[in-house]
Amino acid sequence: MIEIISKQILKIILLLLAVSVIAFTLVTLSPVDPVQQYLLGAGAVSPAQRVQLEAYWGVNAPPLQRYLNWLCALLRGDLGTSLIYRRPVMDIIAERFLNSFALMMCAWLFTGIFGSVLGCIMGMYKDKMPDRIIKKLCYILCSAPTFWLGLIILLLFSVWLRWFPIGFSTPIGMLNSDVSIWQRLYHLFLPALTLSLVSFGNIALHTRQKLIDVLNSEYILFARARGESDRTLLLRHGLRNTLLPALTLQFASFAELFGGSVLAETIFSYPGLGSAVSAAGLNSDVPLLLGITLFSALFVAIGNLIANILYGIIDPQIGKGAGL
Amino acid sequence: MNQILNCRTLNHRHILVLFTSIIGAMVIMAFLSGKLIPDAAAAVNISQKNLAPSLQHLFGTDWLGRDLFFRTLKGLSTSLTVGVTASLISAVIATLIGIAAAMGSKIIDSLISWLIDLVMGIPHIILLILISFACGRGLKGLLIGIAATHWTSLARLVRAEVLQLRSQQYIAVSRKLGKSNRWILIHHMLPHLFPQILVGVILLFPHAIIHEAAISFLGYGLPPEQPAIGIILSESTKYLSSGVWWPAIFPGLTLIIIVLLVDRLGDHLKLLLNPHTAQEQEDTH
Amino acid sequence: MISDQPAILEVSALSVSFRMYDKGFDQKDLKVISNLNITVHPGEVLAIVGSSGSGKSLLASAIMGLLPNNAAIKGSMHYKGQPLTPNRQKLLRGTEIAFVPQSVSYLDPLMKIGKQVDGYKKPYPTEKRRAIFRQLSLPDDIEKKYPYQLSGGMIRRVLAATALITEAELIIADEPTPGMSLDQALKALTMFREMADAGKAVILITHDIDLAFKFADRITVFYAGTTVETVSTHDFQTGAAKLHHPYSKALWRAMPQNEFESFPGFQPYAGDLPKGCLFSPRCPHKIPACEAAVPEMRTMKGGEVRCCHAT
Repeated sequence: MIEIISKQILKIILLLLAVSVIAFTLVTLSPVDPVQQYLLGAGAVSPAQRVQLEAYWGVNAPPLQRYLNWLCALLRGDLGTSLIYRRPVMDIIAERFLNSFALMMCAWLFTGIFGSVLGCIMGMYKDKMPDRIIKKLCYILCSAPTFWLGLIILLLFSVWLRWFPIGFSTPIGMLNSDVSIWQRLYHLFLPALTLSLVSFGNIALHTRQKLIDVLNSEYILFARARGESDRTLLLRHGLRNTLLPALTLQFASFAELFGGSVLAETIFSYPGLGSAVSAAGLNSDVPLLLGITLFSALFVAIGNLIANILYGIIDPQIGKGAGL
Repeated sequence: MNQILNCRTLNHRHILVLFTSIIGAMVIMAFLSGKLIPDAAAAVNISQKNLAPSLQHLFGTDWLGRDLFFRTLKGLSTSLTVGVTASLISAVIATLIGIAAAMGSKIIDSLISWLIDLVMGIPHIILLILISFACGRGLKGLLIGIAATHWTSLARLVRAEVLQLRSQQYIAVSRKLGKSNRWILIHHMLPHLFPQILVGVILLFPHAIIHEAAISFLGYGLPPEQPAIGIILSESTKYLSSGVWWPAIFPGLTLIIIVLLVDRLGDHLKLLLNPHTAQEQEDTH
Repeated sequence: MISDQPAILEVSALSVSFRMYDKGFDQKDLKVISNLNITVHPGEVLAIVGSSGSGKSLLASAIMGLLPNNAAIKGSMHYKGQPLTPNRQKLLRGTEIAFVPQSVSYLDPLMKIGKQVDGYKKPYPTEKRRAIFRQLSLPDDIEKKYPYQLSGGMIRRVLAATALITEAELIIADEPTPGMSLDQALKALTMFREMADAGKAVILITHDIDLAFKFADRITVFYAGTTVETVSTHDFQTGAAKLHHPYSKALWRAMPQNEFESFPGFQPYAGDLPKGCLFSPRCPHKIPACEAAVPEMRTMKGGEVRCCHAT
């Protein structure tokens, strides 16, 4: 087991390395001049200072050297300084990650639990009234872009009904230490709801299809031949064969979760990694952009790793036999 | 349904094809109407700003006085164009890569699989932001970005199908008879692959359109003069808190409806083209 | 030995057809089973013998009421003298009528063997299950294993155990011996013979005639979805003279230990069944009357046969 996990970790490191190369290449291709961006807020600068800045940024050095410099700094734990926030990128990521993580986990739990339950209900009552209604709702949800749902939710619950705050993660004007966990959850609620609604449709429909496939399988036929009623069929055989794969799928969906959070956080001005990366791209904040990209790739890779391990444990054939 | 069309009994397959044609027609109409509307209809007209929906302005007007109905339709057209073009490019890339992976040597296959894992390892939106950044924002970045992020799952599908086909008996027999790889590809595999790829492409459209709208919303896409739904919606956020709700709701609803229709189109085609599900008797939609 | 007791199961004129789509928008009916007649008595093994694709496995589903939704059934089935309605089938499944399927794919891959054989709501007492396992020479630790860990022979015995534990009176075994060596096949079928000797009725669906000879009391010959002849095993083994239907005679002649002679032609496809007698296109004795209508099943000298010419 240890051997398998360490092999996986090696693969992740290789992956992150490749991601960093791609990200760096893309960023280098940009027609934006980093020095210009850096100077945007600073005003006029003398030519001598400009030369100094260019040397600092390494603008005239070949791309490969710049990449290696950046990589060495990374290994020392230094991701550079953000242009927008004028603080070390590491600090920003650490701070904002907690916020984003809370948001993503809430959404993830909601989607996972309610999505699977609804999917099972749809599968059980295939083609009857409950299935048709819920299925149509799911299709509509799948077709709705995250950000539009966020806008509608913002409109409905914050502007019209005034049940929830318009955004941010804490009430404005309060010291961070004074904010209670309930207030954090209060601000978290709408973005989390937005984030979960989009993947929700997908999970529900996938679970439904899996349950239908299971119910059409030969072992279900045999169980029926032995007299099991529909209810016991579902509980004894159907659920285990459907939900466990669905759980693994959930862990593999970290990528969509992160992507969705970019949109949800932007709409609700929620201070997380998502809104930071969007601002970074718009304002050409290269260090921050690279840092968050790497971090998101790590996040997704960990999710996939957990999914693989889980799959190995759940499926007895793979767990005891072939290995990962 | 049968009572309505009293003339003859329609079986399930008739109904499916009918629905598919209707949906297809609606999507094409939406696309064309956007292209045919003159620019003047959605022009700036400050005197008419922020009007609520009425008979004159079906969707109301935005803060610059532009009629939202026409602006939405034009935006829809643009979104559809971008989405479809990017999807088609994606599909071509996916097919080529998938076939290369399955027909090439083991090394090439491992390399390509690893590449697919790599691209899927970065969240779509972040990759789109990076590519858009690299191309300096605008239409080029948008097209390249969407094409470069959506080929992965289709490539996996193509690869799996070709791998499975390769192990079939009739392929081995063809080889023994001396047919070249290219011949086998064209005569045996492509007919089998084509329906799957077609369906895969059609199911790609909704994703592409939504991602295009999302990235435009964030500010990475087309300039406001060439409206895409994403831009319209992002502009609407500024005025949301003052109670101007129509720029946010109507364009979004229109997008949802189109995406829904294209999605159902893809699903129905999938049902019709797959020989197993094509036999289903019950109502499945 | 044919029992003197009344038949436990009587199926008459059973037809099962499926609607399917032909080219384009047309639908047509696939008649997979037509005019099927069988009777089974307690204490006997009835072998249903026919080549692949003749619709034998669907018979089991039909008797148990497990056909898919797009199947249409005609004809009548009686169990212990009473008609077999869908409600009754639901009650009898797994209690009085048991099914022994072909392969491991009929077992839940994520559930341990012990628990699966025990059954559902009111599981049978563990002791009973263990006793049956011992009787079938299955090791004790098998109850903690998963289906994929068992060998083919063990799977066969586990599947038989699922039927034995219910103490059902009618057991339907669907192709219990595919891919087995002669030893294993003999062992497997001995189980069913023992079940019959204990007083149960066993329907054995198989395409292996030799094995049917060794273990069955009566043999029903299946062709293109219909029964063409039912005769006692003893008569079948004696020779073609005791058989009345041309197809049964051809089957007999095709066996290696007899003349090993094949018969031209092949079974018709269920979508293109000929009018009239289903065997008529291949029959050397056909007359116009054969092609006009399907002949009825006639009782004859201890068996039944469906042919115009039989004497």
